[in-house]
Amino acid sequence: MQTVSTADVEEFGRELDKIREEVIASRGEDDARYIRRVIAVQRTLEVGGRALLFASVLPPVWLAGTAALATAKILENMEIGHNVLHGQWDWMCDPEIHSSTWEWDLVSPAGQWKHTHNHLHHTWTNVLGKDRDIGYSLMRLSPEQPWNPYYLGQPLYNAMLAPLFEWGIALHDLEIERLVSGDKSWGQAFTQFREILRKGGRQIVKDYVAFPLLAGPMFLPVLLGNLTANMTRNMWGHTVIFCGHFPDEAEVFTEDQIEGETRGEWYLRQLLGSCNLDGGPLFHLMTGNLSHQIEHHLFPDLPSNRYAEVAPRVRALCERFGLPYNSGSLLRQTATVWKRVFRLALPTPVGQSAQVDTPAPATAQAA
Amino acid sequence: MTAPAGTRIDDFVTRLAGTVGWLTTPLLPDDYLGLINPLWSLRRPRGRVEAVRRETRDAVSLIIRPGRGWTSHRAGQFVKVGVDVDGVRHWRTYSLSTAPERGDGLFTITVKAVPGGVVSTHLVHRTRPGTFVGLGRPEGDFVLPRPVPPRLLFVTAGSGITPVMAMLRSLVRHGAIPDVVLVHSAPTREEVIFGEELRTLARQFPDLHLHEQHTRSDGRLSLSRLPDLCPDWTRRVAWVCGPAEMLEEAETRWREAGIADRLHTERFRPVVAVTADAASGRVRFLPSGQEADADGMTPLLIVGERAGVLMPSGCRMGICYGCTARLRSGRVRDLRTGREHGEQGDIVQTCVSAAAGHVEIEALR
Repeated sequence: MQTVSTADVEEFGRELDKIREEVIASRGEDDARYIRRVIAVQRTLEVGGRALLFASVLPPVWLAGTAALATAKILENMEIGHNVLHGQWDWMCDPEIHSSTWEWDLVSPAGQWKHTHNHLHHTWTNVLGKDRDIGYSLMRLSPEQPWNPYYLGQPLYNAMLAPLFEWGIALHDLEIERLVSGDKSWGQAFTQFREILRKGGRQIVKDYVAFPLLAGPMFLPVLLGNLTANMTRNMWGHTVIFCGHFPDEAEVFTEDQIEGETRGEWYLRQLLGSCNLDGGPLFHLMTGNLSHQIEHHLFPDLPSNRYAEVAPRVRALCERFGLPYNSGSLLRQTATVWKRVFRLALPTPVGQSAQVDTPAPATAQAA
Repeated sequence: MTAPAGTRIDDFVTRLAGTVGWLTTPLLPDDYLGLINPLWSLRRPRGRVEAVRRETRDAVSLIIRPGRGWTSHRAGQFVKVGVDVDGVRHWRTYSLSTAPERGDGLFTITVKAVPGGVVSTHLVHRTRPGTFVGLGRPEGDFVLPRPVPPRLLFVTAGSGITPVMAMLRSLVRHGAIPDVVLVHSAPTREEVIFGEELRTLARQFPDLHLHEQHTRSDGRLSLSRLPDLCPDWTRRVAWVCGPAEMLEEAETRWREAGIADRLHTERFRPVVAVTADAASGRVRFLPSGQEADADGMTPLLIVGERAGVLMPSGCRMGICYGCTARLRSGRVRDLRTGREHGEQGDIVQTCVSAAAGHVEIEALR
C-alpha cells in the first residue's frame, strides 16, 4: 500500500514524461540498425534451423536445428513482432517494419491482437472487469474475481495453456465472454473466427505439412522439430508474460479507483501493476525486453532496445518517491505466479476477499 | 504480340513466390531474398548507390544500380527516391540525369543541396557508395516527343538542368542533335551543374547553342531577353525547368504569345501561399487511429510522417497524386492557394493540404 501525495504523483508523471521525450528526441540511426540487425539474425537463424532439421540424420543435428528454430521463433514473436505491433518502430516510416503492415508467425492475426492487447490491456492494465488479460478469462488470478468450482482445475488449465499459448491468445481475442453477454455480435465474432482459421491454417500447413513433406525422408524429424520449436516458443512466452502482471506483489485495481485518473496516476497504475525480471542483455533480448515490463507499460511505444537504459532512471525515480519497483529473477517470479494460480484455485476465506491492494491514486485522493 | 522475356520471367517469379509463400508465411519470399541482396526485392524496388560524383560545390550525381522491378525511364522523367536519414525513411523526387540508352543498366540522379533540406543535404554531403535507396517508378511527361522536333529550346536554372541533361545525353546517344538553344542560369560559372560537359557538347555540336547566365555577375535572367538570345523562340518547342517564379513568367510569356501549347514545364518546389494565421487542429489518421497536432501550415503528409504514420507520398509538390487520402471529416487548406475546402469523402493531396481545424483522413485501399 502506497502513501504518495497527489503532488508527488503528478511530479512522478512529469519526470516520466521527460524521460519519454528524451528517448523520442534521440531515436535515430543506431536504433534503426538495431532492429534491422535483430530481424536479420532472426531470419538467418530460422533458415539455418530449418536447414539443419532437413539434414538431421543424427540426434545432435536435430537438437541444434530445433534449438535454432525455437530461438528464431522466440525472437520473432517477442523482440520483433510484439514490439513492432506496438508501433515502437513506426517512426522509421519503413513499410517493412511497421505496425500497420506487420504480420507475425503466430496463429493470432496481428490486427485482432493489436485491439485486445494494445488498446484494452495497455489502457486498462490490471483493472478488474476491463483488462481481459487478468487470468485471460480462463483463470482466477485475483481474489476479487468471484470463485466457482470451475477454478479448482486452474493449475491444470495453466499447465495446458503454456504449450498451446498461441492458440489461447487467438481465442482470447475472440472475446467469447462478451459474446455470451451480448456485447459483441455473433457476425463480428464469425468474421474474426474465419480470419483466425485462415491464418492458423497457413501456420499449420507451413510447419506441419509443407516443410515436413519437402524434407521427404526426413518428414518425421522435421515435423517433430517444428512442433518442439513452436511449443518451446509458446511455453517461454507464457512464462515471461505471466511474470509481467501476475507475481505476488502486482496490484489489481477496480473501475471506481481509476475514475478521473490523471496522467500521473495512469503512470503509477502501470508501475504498480507490472513486474520486471532481472537478467543480462541476452536474457532481455530473449524476453523481447518484457523483462522490462514496467518500462514497457510506462512507455509502450518506445523502442524496446531503449528500455534497458531507461530502467535505472525509472528505478531511481521510484526510490525518490518511495514507490515499489517490483523486480526479481525469472525463477522467483514464476514461483509466485504458480503460487497464486494454486492459491486462488480455492475459494478465498471470508474476510480476506477485499485483499486487493488499495492503490495510490485512491490514497492520494484521501490525502 | 508476345510478352517480352523479362515480363514472362517476372510472371514466373511471381507465381513461384506464391507457392514458396506457403513456406515463408506470414512473411513473403521477398523478405528473405532481401536479406541476401536488397536488390532482389520485387515488391519494393531498391537501388544501390555505386558511385558519388561531385558536380559542383553543393551538387552531386549519384550513380545508382537499380534492383529487380525497375523499368527503364524516358529522358526527362523523375523518380521517387527513399532515403534513410537518422533512421527515418524520407521520399523525394529527383530527375534522372542520364540517358536511358546508357548500356550498363545504371542511372544517375543529380541532387543539389537545398539549405535546410534534410534529404538533399544528406544525399550531397553524407551519402557513400554502397548505400541502398528505395525507388519508385520513373514518372512524368516532361519528355521529348518522338520524332524529336527539328528545333528545340530549353530554359533552365540551377538544378533544373538535370532533366534537360538527360534529354541532351539521349540525343547525343542517337548521334544527331537537332537545332537546340539552351539558356541556363546559375550563380557562377563554377556552379553550373554539368558545366564542363555542356561546354564540350556545345563545341562538338555546332547546332547546340549554349547561353550561360551567371546571375552573380550578369544579374538575374529575365525572359524578356529571350527574343535577343533566341530570335525564333516562338517557333520552337520549349522545355522550361527551374524555380517557380521562372515557370510562372514563362507560362505568362508563352500564353501571351499565343503558343502555350509549345511550352513544357517541370516544377521542382511546391508553391506555398499560406504562411500565417491558419487554424490549427488535431489530425486523426485512419485506419490506424493515430493522432497528431497540426498547425494549419504543415502539410498533412508531414504531420503524419512525424507521427510515424505510413503515408504514401510522391512529388511532395501537388502534382503526382501519389499521396492522396480520403477526407473523412473536417476541412483542409490548399497550401498553394490558401483556399479552404473539403467535403466528407473528398480525395485530398496530403502533400499540399494542411488541416483547417480538426481533420480525419483515411488511407486509400
